[in-house]
Amino acid sequence: MDMNITEKILARGAGESKLEPGDVKFAKIDKVMLHDVSGPGVIKTFEKLEKDGVIKVDKLFDPSMIWVTEDHFVPSVDKISAENIVKLSDFTNRFGIKKHFKYGMGQYGICHSMSHEEGLVSPGELYVGGDSHTNTTGALGAFACGLGHTDIAYAILNGKLWFKVPETLYFKLNGKLPENVMAKDFILRIIGDITTEGAAGKAMQFGGDGISDMSVESRLTLTNMTTEAGAKNGIIEPDQKVFDYISERGISKYDAVYDDDDAQYEKTFEYDASELEPVVAKPFSPQNVSAVRDTGNIEIDKSYIGSCTGAKYEDLLAAAKILKGQTVKVRTEVLPATISIYKRATENGLTQIFINAGAVVGPPTCGACCGAQMGVLAKDEVCVSTTNRNFPGRMGHLESKAYLASPLVAAASAITGKLTDPRDL
Amino acid sequence: MKGKVIKYEQDNIDTDVILPGPYLKLHEHSELAEHAMEGMDPDFHSKVKNASIIVTGNNFGCGSSREHAPIALSASGIEAVLALSFARIFYRNSVDGAYLLPIEIDEKTYSSISENDELEIDTTKNEIKNITKNQTYSMKPFPDLIGKIIEAGGLFKYKP
Repeated sequence: MDMNITEKILARGAGESKLEPGDVKFAKIDKVMLHDVSGPGVIKTFEKLEKDGVIKVDKLFDPSMIWVTEDHFVPSVDKISAENIVKLSDFTNRFGIKKHFKYGMGQYGICHSMSHEEGLVSPGELYVGGDSHTNTTGALGAFACGLGHTDIAYAILNGKLWFKVPETLYFKLNGKLPENVMAKDFILRIIGDITTEGAAGKAMQFGGDGISDMSVESRLTLTNMTTEAGAKNGIIEPDQKVFDYISERGISKYDAVYDDDDAQYEKTFEYDASELEPVVAKPFSPQNVSAVRDTGNIEIDKSYIGSCTGAKYEDLLAAAKILKGQTVKVRTEVLPATISIYKRATENGLTQIFINAGAVVGPPTCGACCGAQMGVLAKDEVCVSTTNRNFPGRMGHLESKAYLASPLVAAASAITGKLTDPRDL
Repeated sequence: MKGKVIKYEQDNIDTDVILPGPYLKLHEHSELAEHAMEGMDPDFHSKVKNASIIVTGNNFGCGSSREHAPIALSASGIEAVLALSFARIFYRNSVDGAYLLPIEIDEKTYSSISENDELEIDTTKNEIKNITKNQTYSMKPFPDLIGKIIEAGGLFKYKP
């Protein structure tokens, strides 16, 4: 056989022995995520289809395959977002969905960070979520793909969905990332090279000794931003690091899938880790990538360390390494991606480092990453951000400017008040 | 279907400008329509009074998975988007939710169509007629399953 990991997981879901790029099949879904934006969308879709007499929703396909997070508009910003949260609770109660991670009630946080923090998806699974960055979880060796709420509604009702098997682009990293260069710098460099449509509808797979050397959390940064290259999914073959990571989260049973020996890819891109350096994506596109040292003197108003892309524990650790004993020169906002990450950051003294430096540490929320709340930008404000998109208006006013960067660059820039390469501190 | 054209001569129009993030909490289609294209075209609402087709460049609808984007366009009166290419989730949402027709066109067709041209789209013949300019273009046929879902009126109405 000559299938790669993406093709094999889709073939397994479709009950086929062999699938090729371009094949369109219905496949069985293993896991589904919805949150406080896609969840109310699913509810609305069901209401409308029931009213039109198209379907009757008495029960879901399998409530245990679903989990629900509250992340985009928590804490509730107004009456509408508060009502959406109430609707979500009514929905999970009605259909017996036990895994509802409620804001302010035990473990909660950003959906994609929850998926790995809680071990909600295992290697080899076919996972869809009502959010474009669902791709993140592919770093655990799963097929993980973001969808709109009609598809999510269909998946939780029928347990299956149609998929077009994607072509796969393979990104091979040779060697260890140099000091002060993070996975974020690598994925931004890739998007700069292939553009925001360079992987449109395709799988982006990462491998090579540089990937084996990376922690699971760093790998999650790579797969997270495959979305910005237009990819259907991002994926990495699982290894012992992944098995240890999920085992620490209580997962011992899984059916891992790997590339066949002669797996095929549409194209392979090779990168030499030693040639990578700290970069930013300048406004107004994630493909607008430049080495930090080449950006000139860019003064910033704010440093934002948050989101599923850039507020995992390791991201906070990297920022804390720079901010320890320093004082921030601009507003600096740190929002850990989940409460479990927040807890670890507090237990290990990171929260104290941030606060001592003058930064604010906020609650887990998508917050300003999607321009929803908690630190959105004003007209002409300039922000260095560990998030994933910088399209016009993404983080606030249409004429605000976000520079996407690693947590090290965001922290270094917080200290100097201008875009700063951590190697130049 | 038949309608007049709003043309955006640019690539990579993303979901953040089609329907900005702060409105993701809204789910009533009419409310979403009020904010359609708010991130890039303040005149969209006056234009859409007389038009129902958007013609644009590559990678239309890139960015987030928000179904709010095709809903906002559809609820504003847009029935088809003709683009050089689409971002995959926007395309899929448009088809599975039966909001609008996402039609891929080639460079020549793209440059031939102007703002305010009146088009007639015939998906059974895979043909686009430009009534204003008296021209006919071919459109890329929908892949088999997609065509069937469109014909059924969305994913939930499609019987595999």
